[in-house]
Amino acid sequence: MNDKKKVVNLDMKQYGMFLALIAIYVIFAIMTGGKNLSPANINNLIMQNGYVVILAIGMLLCVLTGNVDLGVGSVVALTGAAAGIILVDYKMNMWVAILVAILIGLAVGMFAGFFIAYLGIPPFVVTLATMLMGRGLTYTLLKAQTKGPLPDDYIYIGAGFLPTVKVNFAGGTLDLVCIIVAVIASIALVLAEMKSIATKKKYNFATNPMWQVALKLAVMLVIIWFFFYKLARYNGLPFVLVIMVVLIALYAFITSKTVSGRQIYALGGNRKAANLSGIDTNKVFFWVYTNMGILSAVAGVVLTARNAASTPKAGDGFEMDAIASCYIGGAAVAGGAGTILGAVVGAFIMGILNNGMSLYGWSTDIQKIVKGAVLLGAVTVDVMSKRKKG
Amino acid sequence: MSDYILEMNHIIKEFSGVRALDDVNLKVKRGEIHALCGENGAGKSTLMNVLSGVYPFGTYSGDVVYKGETCKFHNLRDSEAKGIVIIHQELALSPLLSIAENVFIGNEQLSAKGVIDWTKTRQRAQEMLARVGLEHEDVNVPVNSLGVGKQQLIEIAKAMAKKVELLILDEPTAALNDEESKKLLDIMLELKKQGITCIIISHKLNEIEYVSDAVTIIRDGKTIETLVKGVDDYTEDRVIKGMVGREMTNRYPVREGVTIGDTIFEVKDWNVYHPDDENRQVLKDINISVKAGEVVGLAGLMGAGRTEFAMSVFGHSYGQKISGTVKINGQEVHMHNVRDAINSKLAYVSEDRKVYGLNLIGEIKENMTIAARPKFFSKHGVINSNDEIVAAEEYKKRINVKANSIEQVVGSLSGGNQQKVVLAKWMLTQPDVLILDEPTRGIDVGAKYEIYCVINDLAKAGKAVIVISSEMPEIIGTCDRTYVLNEGRIAGELSKDELTQEQIMQCIMAHNRKDDGNE
Repeated sequence: MNDKKKVVNLDMKQYGMFLALIAIYVIFAIMTGGKNLSPANINNLIMQNGYVVILAIGMLLCVLTGNVDLGVGSVVALTGAAAGIILVDYKMNMWVAILVAILIGLAVGMFAGFFIAYLGIPPFVVTLATMLMGRGLTYTLLKAQTKGPLPDDYIYIGAGFLPTVKVNFAGGTLDLVCIIVAVIASIALVLAEMKSIATKKKYNFATNPMWQVALKLAVMLVIIWFFFYKLARYNGLPFVLVIMVVLIALYAFITSKTVSGRQIYALGGNRKAANLSGIDTNKVFFWVYTNMGILSAVAGVVLTARNAASTPKAGDGFEMDAIASCYIGGAAVAGGAGTILGAVVGAFIMGILNNGMSLYGWSTDIQKIVKGAVLLGAVTVDVMSKRKKG
Repeated sequence: MSDYILEMNHIIKEFSGVRALDDVNLKVKRGEIHALCGENGAGKSTLMNVLSGVYPFGTYSGDVVYKGETCKFHNLRDSEAKGIVIIHQELALSPLLSIAENVFIGNEQLSAKGVIDWTKTRQRAQEMLARVGLEHEDVNVPVNSLGVGKQQLIEIAKAMAKKVELLILDEPTAALNDEESKKLLDIMLELKKQGITCIIISHKLNEIEYVSDAVTIIRDGKTIETLVKGVDDYTEDRVIKGMVGREMTNRYPVREGVTIGDTIFEVKDWNVYHPDDENRQVLKDINISVKAGEVVGLAGLMGAGRTEFAMSVFGHSYGQKISGTVKINGQEVHMHNVRDAINSKLAYVSEDRKVYGLNLIGEIKENMTIAARPKFFSKHGVINSNDEIVAAEEYKKRINVKANSIEQVVGSLSGGNQQKVVLAKWMLTQPDVLILDEPTRGIDVGAKYEIYCVINDLAKAGKAVIVISSEMPEIIGTCDRTYVLNEGRIAGELSKDELTQEQIMQCIMAHNRKDDGNE
């Protein structure tokens, strides 16, 4: 038995994009004179980027297979339109609206998945078709008009907050619920790290130096407290944040810890080898695209709820934001590599750029140029660093 | 003028501080076939990349003197302009383009105005094909309609079109069977008569002995020695001694302490049709059986149907209209997909690990556990990562995968270590029957030995092992018994005592004659 303690340094590459996210945020904080640090703005960042994060999660699975889904923007619009029609024209319960929206997303996803997995049509072509068909259907259903306003209980999904317990604090109010969540999150984080170290020791795996672990924890705790403190100073926890956190946790777990999740990586890395390892790659393809349909529907519900209306133009170009998030987050264009957290960080980098540039007073035209450059730059750095290693 | 066409003197090449080449010297005489030998990672390919300008002048130290002048190549084009052409192991053909177009790709036959002259292209392509013995091929068909052996010859034709004087072949026969290899080597001898100098890199020492006039041996980035045919001892064993730095008296480890048990794998009346053509029968009435602890070979020429047989048995991964029965441990099993096969305790280590065996961008651990995961490393679909790490560490140690950690990306490993990862992947599924398809293709002598040791261990553990190999000495060295396949049928069965290269070939020839008689 080898009892020698193995210690290795933290792999900084893993945190590169995360550090870039913090850097961009700090730069804009300086440029805007701290405007983007305000509680209202932090809240906006969450609410404005909720649907992009949801789409990026689903898109990552598509990107892992080495493909993309171009249809998500249209599916967002289509499912949102269906929900709007049920709520406004038929005056039905919001749960019916949500259910129908999800079912439509599921149906579109299965439709695309069927063509891709079982008929072998390239995903680019199939999803280009769903993109066109979905948009056309949306315009037809809405007769090219906006459907609204939507009822309050539905709007809560996209614009509401969890119950709050406010106390007076430093010339304003402070929501205790946020603070409690922050405390729980901090304790959970520390416990998780301790458990991970204990497991590593038990199996005699390499551990990281203590000071590095402490520093990592300290940085994460500062971010958690900054974030929740700001939310506590505003209206408390947005409901969208709950949806996001649940989805991020669920999909991070699926992609890293489940057999089905790892099969997507195996498929993206080498489809033939995956087949010969007992993986039904057709099935994987089918479910990845079906899943994308469902998540597009969730995003559709969140978006219409936030806008309090269904519009035929909704979700235009969202597929590109989601794809860009994955690539900025370090996913390989050829497939087989990438993480959910990376995609989420990618989505927030885009969100912070948008937000910061708006606050600074740059027009959306300039914003597009900058976002394009950031996407290109991030992928270039990623590719170059891999090339050096190989 | 010296009689050396090429002199590489004191070549030193470093990669971020690591010396890949450390004072290497290579002298090649005009008009000879010069072999370059060494284990994987010894520096052969690096040396050839220096020569061909892939590593430009200035990134290495030392002189490259070609035809009496010092070369300062900055890229492949520079070296090709001088008549140095390198053909890599991985073919550089564009599969859907025609033979003619491939022969002149990057070297287009142009009319006066810079437009491609197709008539000239076809005519000249035909001439080039004739020089490599392919005069009967239609130059208008896409390259992928030819077999690998012929594609390799197309590569040579492509080199001829560039007015090659020094042709470098990197493992040209790695993907070829004995017959195709022989043909390629004979073409090389033919080129030699036409005055072309060749450098050949190969792991197949019998070929080197057959074709080359001199051999330079490289070990750990250093030149060890150069042997000349007719002057020095020029046998395989002598070359191996130079490569590994010690005598390797036995290239196949002795299998001891194996008790051969009952028949645990049995295939009866196996018939398979081609996946794209339901009227073309690929395998006909195959019957084989393997006992516990037995290593059985499947010999035959390329296209005999060995891989097709293995894959069709392995969860119907090849072919259609499959009929016949498979028994494992006395039980008849029905395997309709790979999952079924794994659950039936059958494992198939595919040929061509890069295409069919590995996720090259994945970690060692991930590659090792992917097939065994649903059964052994997960509960209700959730992975037990700790068990996976323990298992991967254990196998890394057990079969000696040389890597920094089990988190290393598989694509960065040498061929031999990649092959060990594929083996580990299938051993982890805890099979009773293993089919190893070309288990040592393209890997060096030392790693081969280690793989043979693994095969012995498997036999000792009472597994039934089937080895498919195009290298007859390997079949002879490792197998207790061998089936010879020819054109989709069993041409014969040879016991260990009868097993010689001649016997295998005779078996095939006799079967061919019988076939002709029937028709």
